[in-house]
Amino acid sequence: MTTPAVEHYLSINSIEVIYDHVILVLKGVSLNVPKGKIVALLGANGAGKSTTLKAISNLLRAERGDVTKGSVEYKGQRIDQLSPNELVRRGVIQVMEGRHCFGHLTIEENLLTGAYTQPLSRGQLKEKLEKVYHYFPRLKTRRSSQAGYTSGGEQQMCAIGRALMAQPEMILLDEPSMGLAPQIVEEVFEIVRDLNSREGISFLLAEQNTMVALKYADFGYILENGRVVMEGDAGELRSNEDVKEFYLGLSSAGRKSFRDIKHYRRRKRWLS
Amino acid sequence: MEFFFEVLIGGLLSGVMYALVALGFVLIYKASGVFNFAQGAMVYLAALSVAGCMEKGAPLWLAVILAFVIMTLFGIATERFVLRKLVNQPPIALFMATIGLAFFIEGLAPLVFGSEPRALDLGIVDEPIPYFLDQWNMVISKFDLVAAGVASVLVATLALFFQTTRVGRALRAVADDHQAALSIGIPLQHIWAIVWGVAGFVALVAGLMWGARNGVQFALTFTALKALPVLILGGFTSVPGAIVGGLIIGASEKLAEIYIPPVLAGWFGGNFGGIEGWFPYILALLFLLVRPEGLFGERHIDRV
Ligand SMILES: Nc1ncnc2c1ncn2[C@@H]1O[C@H](COP(=O)(O)OP(=O)(O)O)[C@@H](O)[C@H]1O
Ligand SMILES: [Mg+2]
Repeated sequence: MTTPAVEHYLSINSIEVIYDHVILVLKGVSLNVPKGKIVALLGANGAGKSTTLKAISNLLRAERGDVTKGSVEYKGQRIDQLSPNELVRRGVIQVMEGRHCFGHLTIEENLLTGAYTQPLSRGQLKEKLEKVYHYFPRLKTRRSSQAGYTSGGEQQMCAIGRALMAQPEMILLDEPSMGLAPQIVEEVFEIVRDLNSREGISFLLAEQNTMVALKYADFGYILENGRVVMEGDAGELRSNEDVKEFYLGLSSAGRKSFRDIKHYRRRKRWLS
Repeated sequence: MEFFFEVLIGGLLSGVMYALVALGFVLIYKASGVFNFAQGAMVYLAALSVAGCMEKGAPLWLAVILAFVIMTLFGIATERFVLRKLVNQPPIALFMATIGLAFFIEGLAPLVFGSEPRALDLGIVDEPIPYFLDQWNMVISKFDLVAAGVASVLVATLALFFQTTRVGRALRAVADDHQAALSIGIPLQHIWAIVWGVAGFVALVAGLMWGARNGVQFALTFTALKALPVLILGGFTSVPGAIVGGLIIGASEKLAEIYIPPVLAGWFGGNFGGIEGWFPYILALLFLLVRPEGLFGERHIDRV
């Protein structure tokens, strides 16, 4: 499964995260994102997905969280001490859970702030904007609306578009499907796939929506209680009986055994 | 009727001066959520720097430039050595820190520049404008008019800066959601340093105007207190609010001073002078009860 030939762009090695000096949330999480791939980080609410992404982007300090063990490497270099600003300059950017658009700025102003770290001329900025509008035509029609008054889907697109303005190689995308209607979710994920294949951007995608995430991802990790409990190719995970039963709700009926009861308990934990 | 307009215009013009101080508060509060108690002290420091440099022989323009450097450095140092250490502390801790800062300035500045009150001559005479006097029989101060003009230019410049520049946009982004700003690589500390620098600049303009009008003296620090009702009226997060709030406070306190005492005296007898001193606070208090977010306070956009 782990082919040594693939270039590991981002690798996280047994990191531990503690909030408020006492709450141990990540208990040794390791994962890899190869260049040009979409990797899904799955798990129920509270499993530690967002914490993992924030640990990578060094955004935990503002929430009184600390990475106490392990390391984060990007292209072979340790990045755990870099500020978000430096990380964005190196091509790693996060789109946070809940979108976090700047509500009082227009959509276009939101996009422009995304280019803050990029030394671009006026012309280049225009070009970048057009590129984002090319991927997100909806944003173009809403370009002069205040972001706070646009729909959830538009805000999600705005947040991804804003990240694109920073010319990223790797986007950490946290819960893009949250609160969106199914067809909007598909629309967003189609664009993610497009960005991945045409722009070569790698994605680490945190999602509770296992079904959709595994449809678009190449590889997946399942996180439970701050630990990786399962990993594999997306296809493999999709056809895995446990995953089917616990996450996709597609159990093949008629196989009730002790193992299933154990699984059922696990499922309950996953879903709670 | 001329008299009414004379009082009104005089009030509006002095309101602009209040707005100038309130603006400094708004900038810092909006961008970093810190209520900067030291804004008044900064106005004092700025005026004192100008007066002090002039006393040591610098011409006005040089003194202003030097004061600008002092204020900018001071703003940046404040961010670097005080506020940065307090990131993620509760707002009250930051507020206390700015109180400490205010006392620090009020103690240190006179040591450097001397504490005796002095005049600050900007070369604008405070005399009635002949045109208004002849045509309308109104006393409108030339100085007040110039001060209002300067304030307008300052506000227009700031508005342009916020709306059209990369840093200005980043500033508004930080004010909206600093977590998100951080996540897309906007360096917060850098931005906060700029905000403090800009607030220092605004304090300088306010210090020049107030110093020239009332003299450079310790009492300048109390201009900050006059900015409070302005902020309550206008909203703590709104630049237009600071201006409109300033105008309302300025105009209403002058009108109140003229028209209310005779009424009160008629009811209760006695002397009711000096209303100007407390009227703005009463107005602000009433306003708080009716509209706590202020006239222009930013509405919280709640849609998800
Ligand atoms: N700032 C915080 N302080 C304390 N605990 C936190 C904080 N943020 C998250 N947690 C806890 O860490 C666990 C993982 O949260 P999170 O990473 O947000 O999970 P997920 O994104 O998978 O839903 C949860 O139990 C949550 O309560
Ligand atoms: Mg989450």
